Amino acid sequence: MDTMRDRFAPVVSRLLDEDPRVAVVLAEIGADGFRETGRRHPDRVINVGIREQLLIGTAAGLALTGLRPVVHTFASFLVERPFEQVKLDLGHQDAGAVLVSAAASFDWPAGGFTHMAPGDVALLDTLDGWTVHVPGHPDEAETLLRHAVAAGEDKVYVRLSVQSNRQGRAVDGGHFHTVHEGRSGVVVAVGPMLDAVLAATRGLDVTVLYATTVRPFDVAGLRRATAAAGPDVVLVEPYLAGTSTAAVSEALSDVPHRVLGLGVGRRELRRYGTIEEHVAAHGLDPAALRGRITGYLAAGRTTALTTGG
Amino acid sequence: MTLTADDNRTYGYDDLPRLLGLMTGDEKHGPAATSTLDVLWVLYDRVLGVTPERRDDPARDRFLLSKGHGPMAYYAVLAAKGFVPAAWLPGFGSYDSPLGHHPDRVLVPGAEIGSGSLGHGLPIAVGTALGLRAQGLPGPAVWVLIGDAELDEGSNHEAIAFAGPTGLDRLHTVVIDNSSASHARPGGIAARFEAAGWSTVSVDGRDHDALYAAFTAPHPGRPHVVVARVEPKDA
Repeated sequence: MDTMRDRFAPVVSRLLDEDPRVAVVLAEIGADGFRETGRRHPDRVINVGIREQLLIGTAAGLALTGLRPVVHTFASFLVERPFEQVKLDLGHQDAGAVLVSAAASFDWPAGGFTHMAPGDVALLDTLDGWTVHVPGHPDEAETLLRHAVAAGEDKVYVRLSVQSNRQGRAVDGGHFHTVHEGRSGVVVAVGPMLDAVLAATRGLDVTVLYATTVRPFDVAGLRRATAAAGPDVVLVEPYLAGTSTAAVSEALSDVPHRVLGLGVGRRELRRYGTIEEHVAAHGLDPAALRGRITGYLAAGRTTALTTGG
Repeated sequence: MTLTADDNRTYGYDDLPRLLGLMTGDEKHGPAATSTLDVLWVLYDRVLGVTPERRDDPARDRFLLSKGHGPMAYYAVLAAKGFVPAAWLPGFGSYDSPLGHHPDRVLVPGAEIGSGSLGHGLPIAVGTALGLRAQGLPGPAVWVLIGDAELDEGSNHEAIAFAGPTGLDRLHTVVIDNSSASHARPGGIAARFEAAGWSTVSVDGRDHDALYAAFTAPHPGRPHVVVARVEPKDA
């Protein structure tokens, strides 16, 4: 199977052909994929070299003239390194762009921590008005990239990963999708975490929601699910654990609720190896997830009993 | 303070001290406020193809004030040219005023960018020049004003190093040199741009005719920088 990132250049190349407003801005990484398209649209395929501050500043300038910039590099260099440019050149200038990252939390474990950005979504959460898409399959990545580029002048982040679910699902760029219905808690699986969550919750009486757009957070979708399955919520995110717990708490602020945020641990692992080894080390493989989810839900039942609920 | 809030009139260079005085309460102004005054005036009065009526015209020239601190001279010139009402000036920095101690493009008519944090204007100007070119608008000039100490920011060096070899000839930078950088630049400011393939001119930043000549010097195929020397910041 190809990866989400394999889809990036072909999809955006087609968009460059279709829409004269679209421009792509790169900082060397991914430039090969646009070599041919760049010959057709030399003014709209821009490689600024290894200059990530200029990468974002250039995108902002393009947007201020009315273009729709699509900006791509690894998440560490796209969101973290030029964070003030993201905040000011896009946010404060009221300019839009589509930021498309690759490498995600640990797509290249042998490359080490310099190429990992588990905190990217949490960092964007300090800013206002960002849409965040986290596709779980290359087909979904293609759909969400198109949504992102078509989203007027919005600020959109698309997080591509080599981690993927086996099958793609219909995604609409907004809502959570109910994959399984139960009565004893809600598990929200974000993007590439779905397969592991489904394996972990097999036979459990829980609702599984699948989220590929996490900002804005689908408050109505979560509230519908908790109304039927109870206000015990487990988030399983492929980035920093707890990134969306504030969104869940806000969505359920008028209801007594509990929330458990699972994801990538904050402590630097200082290990190389494989993706599977890192998934296991962060407790995100199906067996570990099952233990953490059942333990959490059982603790809720104990509390409810002891408090007479 | 006899200036009235007559929004329809425009003002001349001799009115600028009074306009500045509306913001600061007197007619003596700090170096940050006035170091840019003559450069701004010559640009808006004689060089830039932009007027209040054309401020949304895609083919207008762009002026990006990157050095956003001490923006009084900028506001005074924008008021003199009719972009903002002179009546706004006395509110400078107050809660209800659109005119802050750093300009905000969302609030100030005619301001192309919001600035304050150093090192953002030149990279955005690069994108603006590229965006205009990509839309078949090769005419408009893009100008960005930075300070000599602001040039320390690495983001500027990313932009300088890219714009030169790219031949971004609609891009223009004015560096106001009031000797405020802590560490002198070996070879001088212009040398940094020259090494990256820019066209360069250094002039007296108070001499209007010299500034005009520097701003309008031909520079085919290359971006252009004008280093405008003014009196040292702490002189």
